[in-house]
Amino acid sequence: MAAAADEDFVQLLDPAGNRVEHPDFSYSGSDTDLAASLRDMVLTRRFDAEATALQRKGELGLWPPSLGQEAAQVGSAKAIADTDRIVPSYREHGVAWVRGVDLKALLGVFRGSAMVDYHPDDKNFNLYTWVIGGHLLLSVGLGMAMQRDGRVGGPDPDANSAVITYFGDGATSQGDVNESFVFASSFGAPVVFFCQNNQWAISEPIALQSKIPLYRRAAGFGFPGVRVDGNDVLACEAVTRWALERARRGDGPTLIEAYTYRMGAHTTSDDPTKYRGSDELDAWRAKDPIERVKAYLLRQGTIDQRWLDDLAAESDALGEQWRADCVGLPEPDLAQWWDRVYAETPHALLTQRDDFVAYRASFEEA
Amino acid sequence: MATMTMVKALNAGLRRALAADPKVLLAGEDIGNLGGVFRVTEGLKAEFGGDRVIDSPLAESGIVGTALGMALGGYRPVVEIQFDGFVFPATNQILTQVARMYHRSHGRVNVPMVIRLPYGGGIGAVEHHSESPEAYFAHTPGLKVVAAATPSDAYWMIQQAITSPDPVVFMEPKRRYHEKGEVDTEAIPMPLHQAKVVKPGKDVTVLAWGGMVRPCLEAAIVAAGEGKDVEVIDLRTISPLDDDTILTSVARTGRAVVVHEAMGTLGVGAEIAARIQERCFYALQAPVLRVTGYDMPYPPNRAEADYLPDLDRVLDAVDRSLAF
Repeated sequence: MAAAADEDFVQLLDPAGNRVEHPDFSYSGSDTDLAASLRDMVLTRRFDAEATALQRKGELGLWPPSLGQEAAQVGSAKAIADTDRIVPSYREHGVAWVRGVDLKALLGVFRGSAMVDYHPDDKNFNLYTWVIGGHLLLSVGLGMAMQRDGRVGGPDPDANSAVITYFGDGATSQGDVNESFVFASSFGAPVVFFCQNNQWAISEPIALQSKIPLYRRAAGFGFPGVRVDGNDVLACEAVTRWALERARRGDGPTLIEAYTYRMGAHTTSDDPTKYRGSDELDAWRAKDPIERVKAYLLRQGTIDQRWLDDLAAESDALGEQWRADCVGLPEPDLAQWWDRVYAETPHALLTQRDDFVAYRASFEEA
Repeated sequence: MATMTMVKALNAGLRRALAADPKVLLAGEDIGNLGGVFRVTEGLKAEFGGDRVIDSPLAESGIVGTALGMALGGYRPVVEIQFDGFVFPATNQILTQVARMYHRSHGRVNVPMVIRLPYGGGIGAVEHHSESPEAYFAHTPGLKVVAAATPSDAYWMIQQAITSPDPVVFMEPKRRYHEKGEVDTEAIPMPLHQAKVVKPGKDVTVLAWGGMVRPCLEAAIVAAGEGKDVEVIDLRTISPLDDDTILTSVARTGRAVVVHEAMGTLGVGAEIAARIQERCFYALQAPVLRVTGYDMPYPPNRAEADYLPDLDRVLDAVDRSLAF
C-alpha cells in the first residue's frame, strides 16, 4: 500500500465523506455544486461501463477505462473556463463529458469507424491522442500562442486563458514531456500539466518511472508542483482552479499530480491480474471517488434516495442512448479518406482514389 | 519438429539466445512481469532475471538510446518497441546514433543490437497500432531490416539478428502472431539476408514479406486453378535486399508484382521495381506492378480491409501483368 505517499497531498474530503481543512486550498463551490459534480462522476462511470461492455460485445475494438479516475477528471474539468484550451490524452472521458464533447465521437474512435470526429475548437477540446506524451509540446505551443494574442495576464480576468493538458504517470518518462516542462518554464507559458498518477503504466508500477513523487519534479524545472488527492473531486477542482488562475494571470505553468488509481485494466486488451494484487485494488476501492461525495451529501441532506434514484434513471436512459449511438455510427468508406490527407490534395492522390473506387465497383458489377 | 505460433517461436528463439550468450539482454515496456503485451517475452524474466530482461521506463528514445550504450559496453541488447507507431519517438536515437556509429567510428565500433518491431495492420487496432514503417529504416544506411513471415523464420531469424554485428530492425507481423507453423529447432537455417522462394512458378514473380506473404500464397493457389503459374518470394530481408534471388526469378518469369502493406509512394516496392528494371530490363514482359497500402495514414480499422492488399488485389495485379 502506498499510504506513505498519501501524506502530503491536498485533500478536502476524506474517503469517509468528511470535509478536511487545508491551509492553502478550499473548495469554492456550494453543496449543490458538489451534487452536480457527483452527477457528472456517476454518469462518467456509466459511460465508461457502457463502453467497456460495448467492447466486450465486439462493438468497439478497444476501450481504455476511466474507472476510478472520475474525481480527477470531473474535478479538474469543473475548473476550466470557456476561454481555456484542453489537450487530452486518450482516457479523459470524464473531462469530455463535463465539457460537453460529443461522446459518440469518442466511441467512434475506438470502434474504428472514424479518426477523431469532432472539431477541437467546438469545445476547446483537442483531439484524443495516443502516442504517449506526444501532445504535451503542442499544449505548451498553444499557451505560447495565447501569450502572443494578449490572452494571458490581461486586465480583465474573464478574458484571459490558459491550457490544461492531461497525461499519465508513464508519460512523465518521455523526452517530449520533459521538454514540455522546459519550454513552459522558459517562456512562462500558461499551462497546467495535469498528471493523473494512476499508479500503473500497463504493467509497470510508478516506482519504475520515478523515484520521487512526481509533483516534486516541477521544482527542478522551475515551477510549482502540487500533489492532490485524485479521488477527491473537491480538492481536484480547487487545486486546478488555483493553477489555471495562476496561468491565466501570467504566472506560468504548474504541475498537478492527481494521485489516483486505475481501478480497471489499462485497456480492454489488458489483464491486470497478471501483475498486481487484489489487496491493492481493495485498498483503493475503499477510497472510491464517488462514494465519499455521496456519503457527505446524504449526511448534509443535499441529496436523498430519491435524488439518487432519479440519477440512476437518467444514467439508464443515457446508457441506452450511448449504446444506440455507438451501433448507429456510420461505417467508414475508404474513398472518403484520400482528400483528408492534405489541405490541398495532390492530383495523384485523387487518381489513386478514383482507381480504388473503380476497382471496388468492379466487384459490384461482377 | 514442433508446431507453434509465431509468438511462441519468438519466445523460444529469444530464450535460446539468452541461454547461449550471457551478453544478450532484453529491454522494453512491459516485457518483464507481463511478458510483453503480446506475450513474446513471457516467462523470460523469471528464467533469466531482471538484469537481463528489463522492464524499461515508458520512453522509446530512452529504450533505444540506453540499449545503444549497453551495446557499446559489450552487450547484445534486444529491445521491444511495443507497437510500430511508437517507434517514432526513438527515431532520433535510431537514425542519428545507432545507424551511424560504425560509420562515424571509421568502422572501429559496431553496434550489435536488435530493435523488435511488432508491425502492420489487420488486427482491428486503433491509430498508431497498425503501421508498416520499414521503408524509413531501410532508407537509412547502417541499419539492417528483416521481416519474418512464419513461426520457423521468426524462431531462426531472431537468433541470427541477435548474432549480427550490425543493428537490425526486426519486423514482426502482428496479424501472423497467433498463426501456427512447423518449427524445426535442430535445422540449419538459411542465411538471414536471403530471400526464399516459397512457391515456385514460371509465369510471374510475386514478391512480399511479413504479413503479406500469406495472401500472395493464397492468390497463387487461386491463380493455379486458372492455369497461371505464380512464383511467390518471401523477401525476408528488406535491407539489404537479396538481389540475386529477386533478379534470378524475374529474369526467368519476365513479370513481377511487389506487394506490401505500407504506402506505395517511395516505399520499398519502388526500390525493388527500380532494381528490376535496371537489371532485368530485357527480360521484362510487363511493367513491374505494385500492390500496396494507399498514400494516406492507416485508416480507421473498420475500413482496413479495403486498405490492405489482399488475395483479390494481388490476383488483379497478376492478371494485369499477364495481360500486358
